[in-house]
Amino acid sequence: MSALLEMRAITKEFPGVKALDQVSLSVDEGEILALVGENGAGKSTLMKVLSGVYPTGSYDGEIIYDGALAQFSGIADSEAKGIIIIHQELALVPLLSIAENIFLGNEQAKGGVINWRETEQRTVELLRKVGLSEPPGTLIDKIGVGKQQLVEIAKALAKDVRLLILDEPTAALSEADSQALLDLMLELKAQGVTQIIISHKLNEVRQVADKITVIRDGTSVSAMDARTETITEDKIVRDMVGRDMAARYPARDRRAGEKILDVKNWNVFHPLHADRQVIHDVNLTVNAGEVVGIAGLMGAGRTELAMSLFGQSYGQKISGDVLMHGQSVDVSTVSKAVASGLAYVTEDRKELGLILDETIQRNITLSNLPEVANGQILQETKETRVAESYRDALNIRTPGVFQRVVNLSGGNQQKVVLSKWLFAKPELLILDEPTRGIDVGAKFEIYGIINDLSAQGKGVLMISSEMPELLGMCDRIYVMNEGAFVGELTAEEASQEAIMSLIVTD
Amino acid sequence: MTTTTENSPNEQKAGIGEYLVRHLREYGLLFALIAIMAFFQIATNGTLLKPVNVTNLLLQNSYIVIMALGMLIVIVAGHIDLSVGSVMGFVGALAAVMIVELDQPTWITIATCIAAGALIGAAQGYWVAYWGIPSFIVTLAGMLVFRGASLWLLEGQSLGPFPREFQMMANGFVPDIFPAGFGESVAKLLGERRVNMLALVTGVSAACAIFWLELKKRAQNRVYGMDTEPTAFFWARVGIISFALVFILFKLSTFRGLPNVLITMGVLTILYAFFTERTVTGRRIYALGGNIKAAKLSGVKTARLTFLAFVNMGVLAAIAGMVFAARLNSATPKAGFALELDVIAAVFIGGASMSGGVGKIVGAVVGAFLMGVLNNGMSILGIGIDYQQMIKGLVLLAAVIFDVYNKQKS
Ligand SMILES: Nc1ncnc2c1ncn2[C@@H]1O[C@H](COP(=O)(O)OP(=O)(O)OP(=O)(O)O)[C@@H](O)[C@H]1O
Ligand SMILES: [Mg+2]
Repeated sequence: MSALLEMRAITKEFPGVKALDQVSLSVDEGEILALVGENGAGKSTLMKVLSGVYPTGSYDGEIIYDGALAQFSGIADSEAKGIIIIHQELALVPLLSIAENIFLGNEQAKGGVINWRETEQRTVELLRKVGLSEPPGTLIDKIGVGKQQLVEIAKALAKDVRLLILDEPTAALSEADSQALLDLMLELKAQGVTQIIISHKLNEVRQVADKITVIRDGTSVSAMDARTETITEDKIVRDMVGRDMAARYPARDRRAGEKILDVKNWNVFHPLHADRQVIHDVNLTVNAGEVVGIAGLMGAGRTELAMSLFGQSYGQKISGDVLMHGQSVDVSTVSKAVASGLAYVTEDRKELGLILDETIQRNITLSNLPEVANGQILQETKETRVAESYRDALNIRTPGVFQRVVNLSGGNQQKVVLSKWLFAKPELLILDEPTRGIDVGAKFEIYGIINDLSAQGKGVLMISSEMPELLGMCDRIYVMNEGAFVGELTAEEASQEAIMSLIVTD
Repeated sequence: MTTTTENSPNEQKAGIGEYLVRHLREYGLLFALIAIMAFFQIATNGTLLKPVNVTNLLLQNSYIVIMALGMLIVIVAGHIDLSVGSVMGFVGALAAVMIVELDQPTWITIATCIAAGALIGAAQGYWVAYWGIPSFIVTLAGMLVFRGASLWLLEGQSLGPFPREFQMMANGFVPDIFPAGFGESVAKLLGERRVNMLALVTGVSAACAIFWLELKKRAQNRVYGMDTEPTAFFWARVGIISFALVFILFKLSTFRGLPNVLITMGVLTILYAFFTERTVTGRRIYALGGNIKAAKLSGVKTARLTFLAFVNMGVLAAIAGMVFAARLNSATPKAGFALELDVIAAVFIGGASMSGGVGKIVGAVVGAFLMGVLNNGMSILGIGIDYQQMIKGLVLLAAVIFDVYNKQKS
């Protein structure tokens, strides 16, 4: 087998940042290459160079594809050669149907008139290939992220893909959905499709990758071949962060104090369908110094629960009581909830968490502007100092806090959202998928921050689809299914099996 | 990733060219204004910058500048207000009816007009903010309603004249507080017939204030490693701005001194610039326009701020309406017709973004004057209204294309 793709000494600079410095990699026909590295290491940038998002001339180095020097001036060029990239952020149009999305820009048309019958037939075929059975007319926003991801792959398959690039495809997926996707990757490989996957989930990388390239600080530090050597997660981690990491979870002092949050008989109805109950009679408590988890499958209602508690940001006809420190509090608007000591770190940082065109500084201080103001008047020096202190504490990789958030890597954006809510100085922090898209080293840092908070006697409520994370961090875990709590486990009782059996027997 | 720090060779090398590219928009606007002024100054054989014309230019554009301040906020919040021209005309009509027909004292009229503006803004803002009806539609309706309402109020006729003190709002000048002898000796020194010392002193102090503020900001930026303007650029920019200020005020001083409207305009501009850039509420409006969902989840009261943005717009439209009526010394049913377009154009020429969250007060004001100089210069040259419209349209398009092009390149 010969190399299908070879990238040689790629260097790419942004103003003030050298994102890639002489990075090289190669993939053979029919292989799966995994690209791993810390947040901001340059993985997405490298793939954007490859796919023509950053055209020839905007970077140094050369790309040899299919035996010839490739000089793409845009995505259309690379797609014509069969290189398809599925970006970190899904790029489907929510109000168009699956079929329309799959053939967007690639319409099955004659003389500008779309042939809908053929479109539908081909969609059904493609969906079958990726293991979906949805009707082609279903709107994208009616299916979950897991299925959306599969639709993205179907869309790639519709274009005669030779090299498929997946940038963190499983970040937003449940374990079952992730597994389905990984299986699909292996199946595509059997059909001869070469693939590159970027992921922070090293177990998945090990499962599918033939080769692994590790990028650190914009340079390629190692290339491993799974077929000739045994690759352990520890070894990958060592190359990624440049040192040994003894444990994945920092040690925690488990010491629960008095009750901070007490939610009683919480009921929520769907925001559009007033007769559909989404949350059923939830009772929950969080004590000072405790990290409490909520486990459940995608769609169990965990985000809905959290958002309805946080200023009724979700749902209608909400009933139930919320007590903070034993006092009944009003959480009917976000500002009241924040004033009562709640904070909510959203799972959807792009849509709900960040103002992408604003600077890091302005995003961090938004949740608590009065703290950096004298009355109405903003104290910019103080604001900058605050932003810089969070940049240092959370190790946000950026040339400065005046960078616009849109220019940060995904993981660093997540740290900005987290900073923003830490700055609100909450009594009780609700974290919704706090480590989505975050590298191992940064995860460890974030766990450390969670532990610090709880050591200060604050409460943390953590929603996560990564069970090992819940098991590693939480003192207590509620198990949620179909909008209701179906069980509660202490750290000692909890295990993946125990959680799953509670969900299944519900 | 390698983070290059402030003093690294990398940054130095990037230097001036890159800085210019990154800030092309801000400089571009300033240079465009200077270039257009220079062009008309030559083309009109020096008429453009004659003291009387400079005074006229300021008076003619005052109401557009005043409304552009409010429009900037509305646009930054992610909305648009198409009704301002009509509202302005309506308030002028209201003022005329109150004073001329109902014999109300000036101050009661002014207070009522401002209240009416606020109420109109509230009535429109209510639907936009609390019902989520697109502002384009609500204010399109408002545009028709208030155009009709001013026709109805005036019964299709012009109404005037206004008493002197009402006219003063637009046509009055601030009396010179310096002793007359002082002005005369300075006039002799400068070889002018007369010099209004108040105007001259105001110009010089404003220039000094700008120098001082800019130096302070520059020092602060340097401390925090924000990309600092190359030294030559800094001095050139601040120098040109200060020179222009002194120059304009000097011109005014050799005519009738400081127009009252200039004071209103200047004070409002400074207030709004401060409000948008330095206050908590101002910052929240940008957040709201940048991403309304994220702002809401951060505790920003998005609906209330949107509502207030429209109330504010209504008040400013009312002030503009009175200034306009006072200037013409009568209210006409056609007053303010299609003026909303000039106001909106000024804001976009000034660099605001259609999608909200981006834009500066100073930009909007410069944008308004750019349009004003174009209007004025072309009128002096005797260019027909037909060509004037086409040229203005193309200038707007060019400014926005320039924006989009810049954004794509970065
Ligand atoms: N358009 C841009 N302008 C300026 N800097 C950028 C831009 N895009 C990326 N960067 C910077 O380049 C570096 C690499 O970013 P990249 O998105 O490739 O990281 P990544 O390895 O994909 O990280 P993650 O795992 O967090 O997604 C980061 O420091 C980022 O801030
Ligand atoms: Mg990335």
